[in-house]
Amino acid sequence: MSKLAATDLHFSFDGRPLIAPAGSTVAGALVRNGVSSWRRTRVKGHARGVFCGIGTCFDCLIDVNGERAVRACLRALREGDRLETSSSTGAGPDA
Amino acid sequence: MADDELPERAEVVVIGAGIIGCAVAALLQAEGLEVCVVDQVGPAAGSSSAGEGNLLVSDKLPGLDLELARASLALWRDLADELAGGFEYEPKGGLVVAPDEAALSQLVALAEAQRAEGAVLSVVAGSELAALEPNLSREVAGGVFYEEDAQVQPMLAVDALVRALRGRGGRLVGGVTVRGATRAHDGRIARLSTSAGDIGVGRAVVNAAGAWAGEVATLLGGYVPVTPRRGHVLVTEPVAPFTPHKVYESGYVAAIHEDARGYRTSAVVEATPSGTMLLGSSREFVGFSRTVNSAVRASIAARSIRLFPALASVRLLRTYVGFRPATPDRLPVLGEDVQVPGLLHATGHEGAGVGLAPASARAVLALLGGRDPGFALDPFSPARFAPARQ
Ligand SMILES: Cc1cc2nc3c(=O)[nH]c(=O)nc-3n(C[C@H](O)[C@H](O)[C@H](O)COP(=O)(O)OP(=O)(O)OC[C@H]3O[C@@H](n4cnc5c(N)ncnc54)[C@H](O)[C@@H]3O)c2cc1C
Ligand code: FES
Repeated sequence: MSKLAATDLHFSFDGRPLIAPAGSTVAGALVRNGVSSWRRTRVKGHARGVFCGIGTCFDCLIDVNGERAVRACLRALREGDRLETSSSTGAGPDA
Repeated sequence: MADDELPERAEVVVIGAGIIGCAVAALLQAEGLEVCVVDQVGPAAGSSSAGEGNLLVSDKLPGLDLELARASLALWRDLADELAGGFEYEPKGGLVVAPDEAALSQLVALAEAQRAEGAVLSVVAGSELAALEPNLSREVAGGVFYEEDAQVQPMLAVDALVRALRGRGGRLVGGVTVRGATRAHDGRIARLSTSAGDIGVGRAVVNAAGAWAGEVATLLGGYVPVTPRRGHVLVTEPVAPFTPHKVYESGYVAAIHEDARGYRTSAVVEATPSGTMLLGSSREFVGFSRTVNSAVRASIAARSIRLFPALASVRLLRTYVGFRPATPDRLPVLGEDVQVPGLLHATGHEGAGVGLAPASARAVLALLGGRDPGFALDPFSPARFAPARQ
């Protein structure tokens, strides 16, 4: 990992503190930190992360600061973001 | 011969690899005809991948409309067995709900007329709705439950039909745009010219080009009045199914038959096996515009939440639009062109092409001299529309 720069952002994934350069997407920030999966499929529980990378496939859903079903490949990372494994698991709507 | 090469000729050439073209082709090939389907893109590239997969009796008016739909839904049941499934066929029944007493009495009147023609249904009082649909708003006045309504995943259904077609020795070639025709002395189409060269026609050409069928007919010297009627579908995040049946507002049926300017929306709520929910519906004539209308989207969302308040906490992922192939009288066109012998139209199914696909295939088979389809064909002939030019 490159050394800490003034433009680096601090965020967390499932409670684990991580760092990524400003300008990263949420997906980019996770992958850069070695996280490749942040969602499981509803029926078979297969691991999912970034796939198309351009907002088309909706494979990369993640929770950002409590907001569900955000596309990680489109969302720009912000300082202090709390990222969590997607809760759009098929357990909703109120679960 | 490679699957992606246009053959020299075929007995029957089907234009369009949507649900209609593929259902027609799979059946004709099974009946011993030699079929080639061509599509400018490939299987399910048009409206068949831009709608929903409801197989409905409930929204059909008594008479021709209902007779065709009931015949087709029975054929879907057979197809689910014959093709060994794989396309999420769910005979789960449909619940049509009325927001108020006035709408309810209209709905019940329609239901009684449909029942008189054989539709299997029961009227559900407001107080009994919760037993069928626990998450439905208590504000709803009442409804009608239609046992025959079912659902498929249209893209998977197209895929299953294409596999059946190819398994029987039939052909489907994508990336082939039909541009025109060479006619024989008797007026029949001898050859089709396409972006991939010519293809000879043995017996017939089937125009199954969906919302583009009007343009294709014109290219071939014929006429069919089909225009695109746009619809929006909202897609939610995956949720655990909380709507056991398909549920829609009774105003949906009137919307089909209305000719209003602007747009008209009514809530149609469908859970899918993948967990996402599909929320419709809208109708508007805006050509082939693909720009999502945010007012339409908001209206569909609000109407859906009014039926199922729990939807308010479900996230929307995206919205897509599709084009229903609409005729002036909202009935499909299944018959030979008035001016071009051997050009058979199988199109104009508006918002019911998936449901009506197997019956449409039977109609085309009968037009080619095959067995009786079990329903009256004449009323669906393109002869009912005055040709634009003679
Ligand atoms: C929002 C929405 C919701 C819907 N919901 C339902 C539903 O719940 N149940 C239901 O039954 N129906 C529904 N429908 C309607 C249904 O989708 C259509 O009636 C059906 O898909 C039409 O099938 P098709 O095969 O005729 O047309 P298409 O699937 O559009 O196929 C036509 C094909 O022709 C090809 N083509 C066009 N021009 C040419 C050319 N010149 N050369 C070669 N190929 C050409 C196109 O590429 C296309 O693949 C819905 C439609 C919409 C828009
Ligand atoms: S990776 Fe495909 S939408 Fe994000």
